[in-house]
Amino acid sequence: MKKFLIALLFAPVMAFASTGGAPIDKWPGSVSDKAALQNGAKLFVNYCLNCHGASYMRYQNLVALGLSEQQVKDNLMFTSDKIGELMRIAARADEQKQWFGATPPDLTIITRARGEAGNAGAGADWVYTYLRSFYRDENRPTGWNNTVFENVGMPHVLYGLQGQQVLNHETHKLEVAVPGQMAPAEFDKAVSDLVGFMVWMGEPQQEFRRKLGFFVLAFLGLLFVVAYALKKEYWKDIH
Amino acid sequence: MAAGNFEKYKSDGSLGGNALEWLDARFPATSLWKGHLSEYYCPKNFNFWYFFGSLALLVLVIQIVTGIFLVMHYKPDAALNANGVPIAFASVEYIMRDVPGGWLIRYMHSTGASAFFIVVYLHMFRGLIYGSYRKPRELTWLFGVGIFLVLMGEAFFGYLLPWGQMSYWGAQVIVNLFSAIPVIGSDLSLIIRGDFVVGDATLNRFFSFHVIAFPLVLVGLVAAHVLALHETGSNNPDGVEIKANKDENGIPRDGIPFHPYYTVKDIVGVVVFLMVFSAVMFFAPEGGGYFLETPNFYPADPLKTPPHIAPVWYFTPYYSILRAMVWNFFGLDAKFWGVVGMGASVVIFALLPWLDRSPVKSIRYRGPITKVMIGLFVICFFILGYLGTLSPSPMGEVISQICTVFYFGFFLGMPWWSRMDKFKPVPERVTMK
Repeated sequence: MKKFLIALLFAPVMAFASTGGAPIDKWPGSVSDKAALQNGAKLFVNYCLNCHGASYMRYQNLVALGLSEQQVKDNLMFTSDKIGELMRIAARADEQKQWFGATPPDLTIITRARGEAGNAGAGADWVYTYLRSFYRDENRPTGWNNTVFENVGMPHVLYGLQGQQVLNHETHKLEVAVPGQMAPAEFDKAVSDLVGFMVWMGEPQQEFRRKLGFFVLAFLGLLFVVAYALKKEYWKDIH
Repeated sequence: MAAGNFEKYKSDGSLGGNALEWLDARFPATSLWKGHLSEYYCPKNFNFWYFFGSLALLVLVIQIVTGIFLVMHYKPDAALNANGVPIAFASVEYIMRDVPGGWLIRYMHSTGASAFFIVVYLHMFRGLIYGSYRKPRELTWLFGVGIFLVLMGEAFFGYLLPWGQMSYWGAQVIVNLFSAIPVIGSDLSLIIRGDFVVGDATLNRFFSFHVIAFPLVLVGLVAAHVLALHETGSNNPDGVEIKANKDENGIPRDGIPFHPYYTVKDIVGVVVFLMVFSAVMFFAPEGGGYFLETPNFYPADPLKTPPHIAPVWYFTPYYSILRAMVWNFFGLDAKFWGVVGMGASVVIFALLPWLDRSPVKSIRYRGPITKVMIGLFVICFFILGYLGTLSPSPMGEVISQICTVFYFGFFLGMPWWSRMDKFKPVPERVTMK
């Protein structure tokens, strides 16, 4: 009985967290494409940063995308005028929970959180597929559903760009019913840029980390030669 | 020390003479240096497996030094900040982004945790195959098992600190295990948590244990481990006692001073280790989602249980043994027997010196039974470890039960199977293979 009650208690949570069986597309982008990251940043602050915060990230750190502080202030900051501010939102978590059924998660490290054991890069693929998999569903309170994340509380924020998809229940494929501002390929590129920005934001120093890694390994390689020669020299009389 | 250094020098406190003489009259600097390094004689035939002791010491230093810097910015506070994020979780991201070089320090520490277990497991395996725990090194082995236990505690406490989903629910599961102990269980788990749920009190006491209590004990045990080893002298891949064959000066014929021979050799090991360590740290700091579990990038949420709670990889073999116990015995819950099994699977290593009845130490001079048993044991350990990362399944349960039976059979049957083997004659002197 107790177990049954606990199961009931967690049932809504589990239903919410469960994901559909739709195949996941590979995110085609890269974090070294600065222009794509800038476009992704633009999309992020316009479409995401109203309900979702990025509260571990400072606007100031966006200059690493090749922008000046003034450019960041003029183009990417809508809610604050202090460049050192965190990328926060005004909406309150408890109120959002009432509106959507769940608080929209902070997105700063969402692509890392969505990774899997054995495939840490899976998070980017998941978000890339998820954002392109919304379809019209009149049974949902928002009018939207998602093949990757069934019965998700989030409406299709990018529908103006993508248009409206419907789910063909026979082929289980998504089809564009009402075209949006972008052609499908164009929209895929935009989402790829957006995901790229989120991957970058998950760890802004990741490019530098890899670069530094090469220098460290090169140094250790040289040190190995010296250390090995030293060992050989000392050990030459030990038989 | 009758006519000790003290009497040899006019120690008027001046530094006029030789500074080292001045020092030696007051502190055993030279004798420590000689006793533990320049005149500590090691067998000359150490192989690959003998790198991992010095590497474990290196990782300990890495963890302590990086830990000191992490504590400067980490905040053990479960309260929510203005953005609705637990302060502890946000402070880790603050270290990763806003503290200069913080990401490097943090990745060194997180990679170091896994590296610690890798080198310690390899170090223990060395002891197993060459019989390093046998007489007269039982105490060295016991101190080592103590280090392993404390290290597990240290890792467990440390894992709660980032206050992510897996930190929180992992701690919840493990602390709840103590409640399975009859009579005192529920009070015991309450004392460990400091609250009825894992919360701020738990986070703060785990922080205290992680940065003060356990490191102190760990360093003390490491010192005891090394002192005990230097009293008996090191074992070697042949399992030959080099002290049994000394030259006219009382120096083992097969011994070479640790310094400079093994210091220069260990430097090579250190450099190779650092290359592997750096490759992970700079190019795959999540360790493929095994060193940093991905659900831990979500802040702890007491109202949202993750669908699958898995401990970090280094605990998964024992976790599998815990899950393998599914029967109630003697009126006690299966969960209790799971806890007993898990505890016993770790502590049983301490009994090795008395379970092994083989007339020779090293696997080199032991027969097929030993090789097959140790090989199967390692396979079982890996299978248990792998199953522990997966969600429970009926198939996994049966396999983990078979492996658990063999795991304990390996130890408890050792007094018999270790004697039954065919043995080869052990040489008088060490061999250079």
